This record gives sequence, C-alpha cells and structure tokens, in this order.
Amino acid sequence: MKTWRAILLVLRKDLLLERRTFELLPSMSLLALGTIVLMRFALDQDEVSGDLAAGALLIPLLLAALLGIARLFAAEEDDAGIDQYLLSPAPAGAIVAAKVVGLLLILVVLEVVLVPVFALLLLGPSLGPALPEIVLVLFLLDAALAVIGGLVAGLAIGSRSRELLIPIMVVPFALPALIGAQAALAPVLEADPGALATRWPAVVGIYAVILGLVGSVLAEFLVED
Amino acid sequence: MTVRGLRPLSILSVALIAIGFGLVFFYAPLDADQGFRQKIFYLHVPLGIIGLIGFIVGGWHGLRYLRTGDPSHDLKAYVYIHQSQIVAVMVLITGAIWGRTAWGAWWRWDEPFLVSFLFLFLIYATYQVLRFSIDDPQRQARAASVFAVAAGAFVPVNFTVVRMANEYLHPRTLDNAANGGLPGPVLVTFLVCFGAIAVLYVTLVKYELLSKSTTFRLRALERRAGGDDLLPRRSAVLQA
Repeated sequence: MKTWRAILLVLRKDLLLERRTFELLPSMSLLALGTIVLMRFALDQDEVSGDLAAGALLIPLLLAALLGIARLFAAEEDDAGIDQYLLSPAPAGAIVAAKVVGLLLILVVLEVVLVPVFALLLLGPSLGPALPEIVLVLFLLDAALAVIGGLVAGLAIGSRSRELLIPIMVVPFALPALIGAQAALAPVLEADPGALATRWPAVVGIYAVILGLVGSVLAEFLVED
Repeated sequence: MTVRGLRPLSILSVALIAIGFGLVFFYAPLDADQGFRQKIFYLHVPLGIIGLIGFIVGGWHGLRYLRTGDPSHDLKAYVYIHQSQIVAVMVLITGAIWGRTAWGAWWRWDEPFLVSFLFLFLIYATYQVLRFSIDDPQRQARAASVFAVAAGAFVPVNFTVVRMANEYLHPRTLDNAANGGLPGPVLVTFLVCFGAIAVLYVTLVKYELLSKSTTFRLRALERRAGGDDLLPRRSAVLQA
C-alpha cells in the first residue's frame, strides 16, 4: 500500500472519530480557556500586551496541546488497534505521520477558536493589524508541536505510565520552539506593533523541519512489533 | 559481552587525574582577571564537552541498535547516556559555582550555553522514566533507542537555536583564536585535564557495562537454577 494512501486513511478515521465522539477539541479548548482565566489572576492584569501577551497565549496553547498529545494513540491502545493496524499492509510509519497531521489540524482548529477569545478577554491591543504575523507564527509552532507530539506519543505506546511520561518529555523538546514563538510574538502583540523579525519564525520553522526529518527516519521503529 | 582493559584504564585515569591536578595547581598561571577561581575551568569545560560527546555517542549506539537489533548496542546506549547524565549534573554544579564567583550569580538566563545545557539535562532526565515504564524488553530497547537518537540529534540543534540569542557573557574558551587563543601553559594543562576526564569517562562506562552484563548473566543463571523458564532468559535476549 502506498504510504500516502495509508496516511490519508488513518487521518480520515481519526477525524471521523473526533467528529462523532467530539472528545478532544472541547476538552482542549476548555483547558486553554481555564488557563487564560488563570493567567488573568496570576499576572493580576486586566489587559496584557507584548511579552506578557505572548506568554499568556502560548502557555494555554501548550497545555491544550499536551492534552491532545496524551490522547493521540488512545483509540489504538484501547482495543489493541495498533496490532490490527500492523496486520494490514500499510507501512508502519504511516500511522505516526497521520497522527502528526491530525494533531496539526486539531491545533489549528483550536487556535481559530482560542485566539479570538484570548483577544476578547485579555489582549490589550486589537488583534487586526498583527493577524497575519500571528497566524504564521502559530502555524509554525503548531507544526513543531505536532511533530514532537507524534514522536513522543509514539514512544509512549506500551508504556505503563503514559500520562506521566508524555508531559515531561514534550515540554523540554518544545522549549526551543516556544522560545522562538515567544520572541516572534512579543513585538507583534505590543500596543504599537513592531515588525516581525524574520529570524524567529525561521527558528521555529527550521526546528520543526529538523525534528520532522529525524522523526520520519524513526517513525517506523515506533510502532513496529 | 566481554569488557577488556579495565586495569590499565583505571591506572591511567588515576595517573592522568593526579598529573592534571598537579598542573592545575602548580604549573598553570593564575588568571590575570579572575585569579584562583578560574581554576575550575579545568574541570568544568572538559566535563561539559565529554558529557555532550557521551550523549551523542549514546545516540549513535541507539541508531546501531535500530539498524542491527543487537541488544549490546542498546546496553551501550543506556550506559553512555547514564554516565553523561551524571557528568551533566556535575557540569551544572561546577558551572553554578564558577558563575557565582565570576559573575556573582548562580544562574543566568541570558546565557545561551547555560540555558541550552539545562534543556538537554531536562530532556535526558526523562530517559529512565521512559525506559523503565515499558515492560516488554524488546519494545523497551526500541523505544529507548529511538529516544537516544532523537535526543542525540537534539544536542547540536538545541545549541544552535538557543545560541541565536545575542549576549555572550559565558566565555567562549575554545574559539577565541582572534585573541591569540589560550596561552601555552594554560593550553597544556587544559589538554591534560581534558584527557584525564575523557579516560575517566571511558573507564566508568566500561565498569558500568561490565556490571550490567554480569547482572544479566547472573539473573539468567539464577532463573535456570530455579527452573523458572517461564520468562525469556535475559542472556537469550542479549544474544538474540
């Protein structure tokens, strides 16, 4: 079976499952929303901008992503679905690739909901002028998080303490991407928005690409049995 | 698995460390700027370099395991990473001491070297958690090897990303050739100390390899003596 076809099939299955059960997106949005409320009181500011705004947006996103990553292979683990997948002629690595794409899509949908809510509740400056920059940076960050998520969730298949393992492994791997996204977003979210320094989105993008290359070599070993 | 050359290596590490310390205290000149406290450089910098190399070698053995399926490579990856974890703790401690005496602060967030080393430390700190939470020995070895390769690739990438920050407070000890490089006696002392730490590292790796493989053999013998062959014999797994 062609790899592309296997990826599309698994992706379709996952998206269908998410549409029918509606399990992941609501929980992720709720956690992110709760964290934004938490940020309001932790920072004790009615409105944030610049550095604080970037942090107050990125931390809820990271926490929501952790929730999604922990459930990434849930359907496969519950009913030994991974063994049945391995019985099929599909290449082993394709399922990991499908999970990465699926996570990327879910993160993008989450942000479509979350960023306006964040702007409404907490962000001081208006969202409008900086929107293209924010979309670009968040998309690159999503790509990095999706690759890290696929890799770490794949590693944790068959582990006794998945829910313990995934957060402590995702956070350090995500740090360089988070640094880049924070540095890129901070000037854009100022009351008087500065220009986006191309170097920081580039850092996030290159980081995602390198991890993606490493991951694509390793993916087949994650699910082989 | 046979481990050779333990006795000469042990003697060599003791000798080199003694010579290195002698040179540090009696031969190397006092630093014009920092004075006596600069001496920790001869411990901190070699430890840092050896620790990072050890992580990358661990990744290399992880890759070999994935290619060949030979469990001795997985064991080597484990031992290299374990030893480098210990070295990394020492690097963080000696670095904090040096930072406190030279800059007046135990920790600086604006220093890419410190921050990227901390990231690495946090990543590798999860290695044992991952490894020992997986029961199936083959699945465990494979997951640990995938982790070793991914984290090994992370070492240079991480340093590049974090180093893109501008401020350099941390001395770039090995690439300040523009200033004429390190003065002769300092360089000699540094190289001897570097060699001493490197030989010590290799010796410790070999000791741990021997200890681990002996434990596995002992367990296999115990199981056979107890007639308990329900579990797969570890020696069989090791040689598979």
